[in-house]
Amino acid sequence: MRLAELKNHEKELYFFQLRIGVAGVAVLIAFGLLLARFIQLQVVQHDTYASKAEDNRISIVPIAPNRGLILDRDGVVLARNYSAYTLEIFPAKVRDVERTIQELGDVVEVQAKDRSRFRKLHAELRNVESLPIRTRLTDEEVARFAANRYRFPGVEIKARLFRQYPHGDLASHVIGYIGRINPKDQERLAELEIATNYRGTDFIGKAGLEASYQQELHGTTGMEQVEIDAAGRGIRTLARTPAQAGNNITLTLDIKLQKVAEVAFGERRGALVAIEPSTGGVLALVSKPGFDPNLFVDGIDPQSWAELNSSPDRPLNNRAIAGVYPPGSTFKPFMAMAALELGKRNFKSAINDPGYFEFGGRRFRDSKPGGHGYVDLYKSIVVSSDTFYYQLANDMGIDAIAGFMGKFGLGSKSGIDLEGEATGVLPSPEWKQKRFRKPEQQKWYAGETVSIGIGQGYNAYTPIQLALAMATLAANGEMYRPRLVSHIDNLRTGERRHIEPALHRRLGFNPEHVEFVKRAMAGVNKEGTGARAFAGAGYTSGGKTGTAQVIGMKQGEKYDEKKVAEHHRDHSLFVVFAPVESPKIALMVIVENGGFGARAAAPIARAVLDYYLLGKLPEAMMAPVTEPDEPGRESD
Amino acid sequence: MELAQLAPHRLGARLAQGIDGPLLSLSLALAALGMATLFSASYEMPGRVTAQAANLAVALAAMWIVAQVPPQTLMRLAVPAYALGIALLIAVTLAGDVVNGARRWLHVGVTRFQPSEMMKLVLPMMLAWYFHKNEARLRMRDFVVAALLLAVPVLLIARQPDLGTAVLVAAAGIYVIFFAGIGWKVLVGLGALGLACLAPLWSMLHDYQRRRILTLIDPTQDPLGSGYHTIQSTIAVGSGGITGKGWLHGTQTHLEFIPERHTDFIFAVFSEEFGLLGNLALLTLYSLLIARGLMIAANAATFFARLLAASVTLMFFTYAFVNMGMVSGILPVVGVPLPFISYGGTAMLTLFVGIGILMSAHSQRRLVQT
Repeated sequence: MRLAELKNHEKELYFFQLRIGVAGVAVLIAFGLLLARFIQLQVVQHDTYASKAEDNRISIVPIAPNRGLILDRDGVVLARNYSAYTLEIFPAKVRDVERTIQELGDVVEVQAKDRSRFRKLHAELRNVESLPIRTRLTDEEVARFAANRYRFPGVEIKARLFRQYPHGDLASHVIGYIGRINPKDQERLAELEIATNYRGTDFIGKAGLEASYQQELHGTTGMEQVEIDAAGRGIRTLARTPAQAGNNITLTLDIKLQKVAEVAFGERRGALVAIEPSTGGVLALVSKPGFDPNLFVDGIDPQSWAELNSSPDRPLNNRAIAGVYPPGSTFKPFMAMAALELGKRNFKSAINDPGYFEFGGRRFRDSKPGGHGYVDLYKSIVVSSDTFYYQLANDMGIDAIAGFMGKFGLGSKSGIDLEGEATGVLPSPEWKQKRFRKPEQQKWYAGETVSIGIGQGYNAYTPIQLALAMATLAANGEMYRPRLVSHIDNLRTGERRHIEPALHRRLGFNPEHVEFVKRAMAGVNKEGTGARAFAGAGYTSGGKTGTAQVIGMKQGEKYDEKKVAEHHRDHSLFVVFAPVESPKIALMVIVENGGFGARAAAPIARAVLDYYLLGKLPEAMMAPVTEPDEPGRESD
Repeated sequence: MELAQLAPHRLGARLAQGIDGPLLSLSLALAALGMATLFSASYEMPGRVTAQAANLAVALAAMWIVAQVPPQTLMRLAVPAYALGIALLIAVTLAGDVVNGARRWLHVGVTRFQPSEMMKLVLPMMLAWYFHKNEARLRMRDFVVAALLLAVPVLLIARQPDLGTAVLVAAAGIYVIFFAGIGWKVLVGLGALGLACLAPLWSMLHDYQRRRILTLIDPTQDPLGSGYHTIQSTIAVGSGGITGKGWLHGTQTHLEFIPERHTDFIFAVFSEEFGLLGNLALLTLYSLLIARGLMIAANAATFFARLLAASVTLMFFTYAFVNMGMVSGILPVVGVPLPFISYGGTAMLTLFVGIGILMSAHSQRRLVQT
């Protein structure tokens, strides 16, 4: 037995060692194969490869494609390209970069701004071949440099395409801007496996549509096989595959309407979103203040960048999709819809409004001291009764409210074709549980439901969400995903790709309920809080004013606008759709710290509707809208 | 503590204990060549050389530690390490980081690492353990079980997708199965079956992997994309000639024609600057290293140690062969580094731990030749 095992072992070892031998032979054969390949390459074909590598190297030079244009719905150009000369330094081929820049100053004008931008790029982008010291050279400067070229090895003039935004800061948040590809962009391109197509491309969309439609706009990189000499200079072109320009994108946005809206804002901060209810097409999307996207095109200089970034007005922030605000009383029509649909109220439900709602020993004040007296559902919207909605919210309960408002898209991203959308807050006990750490903060208190009813409390939505909710109500409960692009054109093939309206959700409302709420909103603009702003309009419209508190008021404390710092004043909101019978436009306006909804926001909405429905250009196209000065506090 | 109390010469002796001189000098010679090449490849980023030196120091320390561990301990670690590896691979598919389109990395505290990397050593350990346990009576069934133990991690890695690592891990496992004594007929049969599986496997590949294989057949198909690597590296190798262009004088390298010249394509730099003679030297160093490894395997005390040592040795061979093959344009471009030469801490660590395993196996060789 022992012996057998031992013998077995021996046999096994023998077999193992045999296989080791086999492996050794296999290794030798494989290495022999490699050696044969090396001899083939390095001895037999050496001359071929040596000449390929040595005398005149063939270099594959990528040809960057022209970027596609961005056009508004009528074909007005919003972003285009133009060609200009730049003076570029190849840092690897220059011995002393600083001295070269110094000396270049004798030949062409080099400002401090150019120098600081160059230094910033040089520090950030280590892997690029060349960096611009000057952009947009004049013809004279080109000629002068050409004459002095021998003095500057490693400095070259290049013809480059530049992006230009002819409308300046108009619709700047929609269009966005392009900027230099940085290491982070490169990583993302590599992840998408499209880095090859970006050889030769220096710029990439960084914000707005320029970013979200980057792949459409970019096009396909071409290539040129060029003979280059030992110093890497091109001698002649051997073969060429042309680049294919990027696709043009045409928007649903109307730039003239956008301008009317932006002019109406004047210097005030805020946002506006106008949507076509039957398609979800965005007609105007304003975020004020804006910025000039042209600043970014050839690398923003550090000073402008610092100004844009440190401004307390946050001009780079797209308020329309990333700003979150309490909806204030613009929430009420949706609450009324909820009450009808869930059977908590009917058309005749009425209360007697004493000017407050008492709950748990606390008085929730109505904005009108003394109250509105007898208030039914219709009047509750027209005069904007707080008491009515305090009570309604309390009757409905937070879960029912959150469930219904969620269907309207409140508290979730609208899915618009822009990056950087905020989610907002649709308050609910679950949300609170997640949001807070301490157990006493996580609990939902019934009192908190009460202020939710008038759009205050934890409610916080983006303008696009409110505009979408308005559009959905206007379209009788059909929700289309909002989008900015109408179609995409491939110039080479002539193919046009339409972005079809995407029906996102059908809320299936009772038509009578929708009709009722719309009629009440029409009442707002006829006889209610929006009547002044819409006096004499040549069309029907349904609106709702809103005032959102920025700071909390203590119980019994009176709000006095003059005593409150400008940044703590209430936000002014307005939602509207028109015409009432067959809505063509639904929009939402917010003027930050604008005070009452009726005063600041509604006139802006009026100007936009006047232009869109009647083609009427406001006188205000030249001067900002003046605010009627009214004493005391009016109800929104 | 123990080391600190020793007198200098005793300390030296203690440090040298369990260290195999030939293995250490061969791997250090390769690493030195690697440093020189890296210096030339990363002229614009000199920090890489110091970083690689640090990698080497860490790897040597790991090698030393592993060399002190007796093979029996390694054997005890095999099953838990394998289980952990599989768990981590599953964790990667669920929660890994995506880099370059593949989900390979897992966050552990402050650092990330690739669980697939440790599988290169853990899988052969596991298989060697399994065969060792059933040494007395290896039957067909055992090979089937082994194939399953191999397939699970390999498929998980291939799905990440990381074809290069999957191939290396599979190879390491197959070597163990081969040395365990699977029948020649079965081996040939499996080979045929493998070829037959190529078609369905092709459909499982990702687009970019297919493109790589297609451009291998004809690199000019995609000269700007995946064929670019091969075209340029072939030119570099070919233009190197017999004696090479000289250290720091590779034009392909220095005019930046060679992509990834610090990592997977460093051999192009080496070959351009040191020529056929350099290649010959490199092949010789690898051959000696492999010969030493196979010798250790042949003389190891236990079945486990033999299998593990042989598999690890052939893994060095696979790395070297696949890498040089791809750079010289006879194998597809898969992400395999040139052992001991390519820049990168993880690969360096794996390789030197492998050397450590060989040393461990060597320190317990069969003393009695029967």
